[in-house]
Amino acid sequence: MSKEPVAVVGIGQTKHVAARHDVSIAGLVREAAARALADAELTWADIDAVVIGKAPDFFEGVMMPELYLADALGAVGKPMLRVHTAGSVGGSTALVASNLVAARVHRTVLTLAFEKQSESNAMWGLSLPVPFQQPLLAGAGGFFAPHVRAYMRRTGAPDTVGSLVAYKDRRNALKNPYAHLHEHDLTLEKVQASPMLWDPIRYSETCPSSDGACAMILTDRAGAARSPKPAAWVHGGAMRSEPTLFAGKDFVSPQAGKDCAADVYRQAGITDPRREIDAVEMYVPFSWYEPMWLENLGFAAEGEGWKLTEAGVTELDGDLPVNPSGGVLSTNPIGASGMIRFAEAALQVRGQAGEHQVPGARRAMGHAYGGGSQFFAMWLVGAQEPTS
Amino acid sequence: MARYAREVAVVAFAQSDHLRRTDELSEVEMVMPVLHRVLAATGLKAGEIGFTCSGSSDYLAGRAFSFTMTLDGVGAWPPISESHVEMDGAWALYEAWVKIQTGEADTALVYSYGKSSPGSVRDVLTRQLDPYYVAPLWPDSVALAALQAQALIDAGETDESALAAVGARSRADAEANPHAQLRGPVPQGDYQVRPLRTGDCPPVGDGAAAVVLAAGDLARQLCERPAWITGIDHRIEAHSLGLRDLTDSPSTRLAAERAGVFEAPVDTAELHAPFSSQEVVLRKALGITDGVAVNPSGGALAANPMMAAGLIRIGEAAARIHRGASQRAVAHATSGPCLQQNLVAVLEGDPR
Repeated sequence: MSKEPVAVVGIGQTKHVAARHDVSIAGLVREAAARALADAELTWADIDAVVIGKAPDFFEGVMMPELYLADALGAVGKPMLRVHTAGSVGGSTALVASNLVAARVHRTVLTLAFEKQSESNAMWGLSLPVPFQQPLLAGAGGFFAPHVRAYMRRTGAPDTVGSLVAYKDRRNALKNPYAHLHEHDLTLEKVQASPMLWDPIRYSETCPSSDGACAMILTDRAGAARSPKPAAWVHGGAMRSEPTLFAGKDFVSPQAGKDCAADVYRQAGITDPRREIDAVEMYVPFSWYEPMWLENLGFAAEGEGWKLTEAGVTELDGDLPVNPSGGVLSTNPIGASGMIRFAEAALQVRGQAGEHQVPGARRAMGHAYGGGSQFFAMWLVGAQEPTS
Repeated sequence: MARYAREVAVVAFAQSDHLRRTDELSEVEMVMPVLHRVLAATGLKAGEIGFTCSGSSDYLAGRAFSFTMTLDGVGAWPPISESHVEMDGAWALYEAWVKIQTGEADTALVYSYGKSSPGSVRDVLTRQLDPYYVAPLWPDSVALAALQAQALIDAGETDESALAAVGARSRADAEANPHAQLRGPVPQGDYQVRPLRTGDCPPVGDGAAAVVLAAGDLARQLCERPAWITGIDHRIEAHSLGLRDLTDSPSTRLAAERAGVFEAPVDTAELHAPFSSQEVVLRKALGITDGVAVNPSGGALAANPMMAAGLIRIGEAAARIHRGASQRAVAHATSGPCLQQNLVAVLEGDPR
């Protein structure tokens, strides 16, 4: 039995900003969904099911908000699923939707992820009360900074690598009209002089807190044939999880991330990711995670990731552009960030990424992670329908 | 049966004892013995499972990413293929069933859990209402169910004594269920919110459940009499109560049609009806006739661990098929105020 090929035929995002005071939560998600439908030239009636994802419900103060959002997303009378896998959720949500088509349970599915972080304070929302977590951890940066330090010690990477990533991603964001941060006057010197938040992570090397939503229309082979615009085809997708803490856990390069990438490459027939993949949208909420994930995902040998960054390989005009959209460092509605990675990868192979298009991109990877570097979701999309 | 690409069955089911309070247990301590039991029933180890999916709610746990803790109960090392829904475990089962349908997995472990005891679940559930127009009024889950019950009485579809009989029957049946929280006669009591009395309402408590799914011949190897999922579907309705006819459940009926419930008679119905009045609505939507065993486990009126009670309905129906007490059963799960979202599954044993 073979799976149904899955195609992305519609993509919609909101303009991501610090606070969307002009719309309700329903208004925010509907804006992205309507744009995805318009991109696909489909209507609400063409949608068989809705799969929605977001990070913790505490961020908006609404328990299981998909119940309230059923109307706004045209889901009444249809199946609606709500995924929550921490920071990887946007990617996981897309994969759950993709499986509905691949399994031939549904033909055309709307998938959407969002966060309206201005409804609360995400940093403290992620800082669990004692006894769940030690005091003064202060947000995700407090959790991840020691692991960045471990990476620097392990590889001998120079202190400046993180600032190079931040400067690159923020400049890429200037070419992406949907990105939250558009810092026209940013310089590398300013990044390097910005305040130290969680040593070694500086203010300009951290993600913003955003309101935003991202939606995609996934469909089967017949749906793709009717699509007026080029489709992005799913060549592989996988999720992997491991526990938060255990003796021997490698926080710098978690096994779950390696296994997840290996599964995706196997499905997609990729043997040399560095050569065969044209663009990567990876989940880099703190600058140093670019070199760390380059190694974890097999784009560089262990200890060598920072050298790619330093040599400019991951620049928009490098031979492995990473986060041409500006990435999580420029836009971070947490629950949506994974789906934005997946959608931006699809935009690249559809040739519709506008000013941040990687010329001739044929295969692109979307990557998301969450929790304590323990949940991973990835997909690989291509301009051609998969042959197997 | 060519409805789906692959035959998939429930091959094992386990649940905790459902208790009013479990102050001495964390969620992971509550879940872990259930996971061990359900895996032991199949002889599979966590690492041999193709896909794992859970359902739970951060709002009940009172902390963000609460499911990351219970993952420790699974033993996710080496890393596993895993996902989570912020929904009742019945929808986690649905996600796992889809995964098996893609051919990417042959087995799945599904679990869910909820502890209602640390807070006031009536108040907590108001947070899942429209945050702009309804939640600020804090209408609690019993009050909303009472609106539905009154609508049924006004429509002449039931009366208070008939509702009381639903509760009494459920708890009498629960006497044979060692896991149930309320077993045997329970006083009908005072009005909680008119017309619903204490006996019409579910007990508040803590509990967990787990199911193992398997495909095709593997299911036959793992289980003497697999409970084949011959149909499964779920549908959601509008959120605003003013847009809905509370005396009916069109989403349940549509899901049942899609799942093939009406293609042949069922002998068992496990319905996720936390309030006695909701059983009336579901019986109508599913066309349940006399002679069908409705909630022989005692149902949600005997034990209603949030986020798990729907999965338990599927598990109880499957267990009845496993032990030869049912040939064709319908299982139902619900979510949201007044049965807003509903899942329906048909489970069948091999012909004898």
